[in-house]
Amino acid sequence: MNSRIKVNSTELIAKYVFIVSAAIAIFAVASITVYMIAKGTPALKSVGAVDLLFGTSWKPTADSPSYGILYIILTSIVGTTASILIGVPIAVLTAVFLTEVASKRLAAIVQPAVELLAAIPSVIYGLLGLMLLNPFMFKLEKILFNDSETHQFTGGSNLLSAIIVLAIMILPTVVNVSVSSIKAVSFDLRAASLALGASKIQTIFKVTLPAAKSGILTGVVLGIGRALGEAMAINMVAGGSVNLPLPFSSVRFLTTQLVSEMGYAEGIHRQVLFTVGLVLYIFIMAVNIVLLKLRKEASAND
Amino acid sequence: MKNLVLKTVAVCVTALTLVVGMSGCGTANVTDNKAGDSKSGKITLAGSTSMEKLCEAMSESYMAANPSVTVTVEYTGSSAGIESLSQGSVDIGNASRGLKDGEKESGVVENIVAIDGIAVISNKSNTVSNLTKEQLVDIYTGKISNWKELGGNDESIVVIGREAGSGTRAAFEELLEIEDACKYAQELDSTGAVLAKTSSTPGSIGYVSLDAVDDSVISVSLDGVEASEENIKAGSYILSRPFVMATMGDISKQNDLVKSWFDYVKSDEGKEVISSVGLILPD
Repeated sequence: MNSRIKVNSTELIAKYVFIVSAAIAIFAVASITVYMIAKGTPALKSVGAVDLLFGTSWKPTADSPSYGILYIILTSIVGTTASILIGVPIAVLTAVFLTEVASKRLAAIVQPAVELLAAIPSVIYGLLGLMLLNPFMFKLEKILFNDSETHQFTGGSNLLSAIIVLAIMILPTVVNVSVSSIKAVSFDLRAASLALGASKIQTIFKVTLPAAKSGILTGVVLGIGRALGEAMAINMVAGGSVNLPLPFSSVRFLTTQLVSEMGYAEGIHRQVLFTVGLVLYIFIMAVNIVLLKLRKEASAND
Repeated sequence: MKNLVLKTVAVCVTALTLVVGMSGCGTANVTDNKAGDSKSGKITLAGSTSMEKLCEAMSESYMAANPSVTVTVEYTGSSAGIESLSQGSVDIGNASRGLKDGEKESGVVENIVAIDGIAVISNKSNTVSNLTKEQLVDIYTGKISNWKELGGNDESIVVIGREAGSGTRAAFEELLEIEDACKYAQELDSTGAVLAKTSSTPGSIGYVSLDAVDDSVISVSLDGVEASEENIKAGSYILSRPFVMATMGDISKQNDLVKSWFDYVKSDEGKEVISSVGLILPD
């Protein structure tokens, strides 16, 4: 009888510890959401939602200031999309190579290398971009725009540099998730395909990859989240002027907008920066909702 | 009866002694106060937003030395600061420019506490070592885009500046009268980043506080005048401006608190604060 009560009370304590732990996580998410909305919406009223979100002129310190962040939003969308378009094919093919093509010994070398890529701090990517990519881009810029009267030379700090850095940064995320989802594809499927006379490459692209689709998509969405939220590395290579996102233009992302101007911003300028944060937050939330749905579908398929 | 008289005298003497003693103590306290230089009260400043860094650092340091004095600074803009001063709502009006004649006529006295200097820097590969004010304006507004137009190499100009909100950017644009007309190829968020980018990018031009210039870049002369403390003090270098803490009438006519503020600003500690925020000391 005694021991039963003791067990019950242990159970009870454990239960409350779990509840409290869960509550802290929920409280954190809820309070961040409330804070971002509370801080991010006043500027929508004082500046006007349309002028702010769809304005193209960013002059926060002028005598008659304008706070249009359309180019900044577009830069984040274009930069993220392009880095996904470049990074994902490379990442998926790497995953195929690791799981289907490479010998076990080779895979044992390449896989840890890819995982190490994920551990490198983003500022290191930025530094490499600054030292290697920007000078290269500047040379390219000089060749391409040699005769241009209108092009403003940016010294190689441009959207393209940022896209390349982002594409490399999302590689490990997409590779790792893809590898595990390809590995999870049943060997029977591959065997059946090979038995029907399909070649190894046909099997990979017609059978294995389609079967691993939802896992790979999860990796892609995680990659989008990483690219959208990255600030440090692209702040170092993107130039930082607010422009339409063209490949050789100096641009500013949602994240780098916060990083570079929060220091001295005051009044409405500061409020608008919180709105920029809110826009970023909404994007990230949307990406994560998609991610949750994908995971649900994946588990429903299993 | 005799007893009563004695008693009264005794009481009176005791009381007198106490009073004298206490007042003695009081006097001693006052002297102590003076010795410890601890005043109490409030000093109010208002004005230039560009002087925020200086005022924050100075008031923090002053309040650490005089714990019972509160210094409050509002950043309303130079003209608004002088306006508040002449209306008598603040003790000191901050202006990041020389006072206008109209302001001086109303009895406001210009006390220059520091000088802000900005150097124009360029990459070492650049052969143009002097620019006129017009040329600099044209470069920053995008009218000139190649060094060859200025007699240099055939190298495109990469225009580097600071982010909106930066004091250096505000001063640079204000002094050249190109507020929000600049076409920056790169907007970087620190002095160090501007230096690093300028030194690593061929054809680049940038601007930083005078004290930040180092050997990694070329310091460009303006209108034939080199950016140096001497030239700035002499008033011949265009990219400089005085930081003024204006008072109504001379400092000597101010109350003790305001006097002690200016004493502090001109003391060695005050000078250290001025240098620490990258400003030049006036003579």
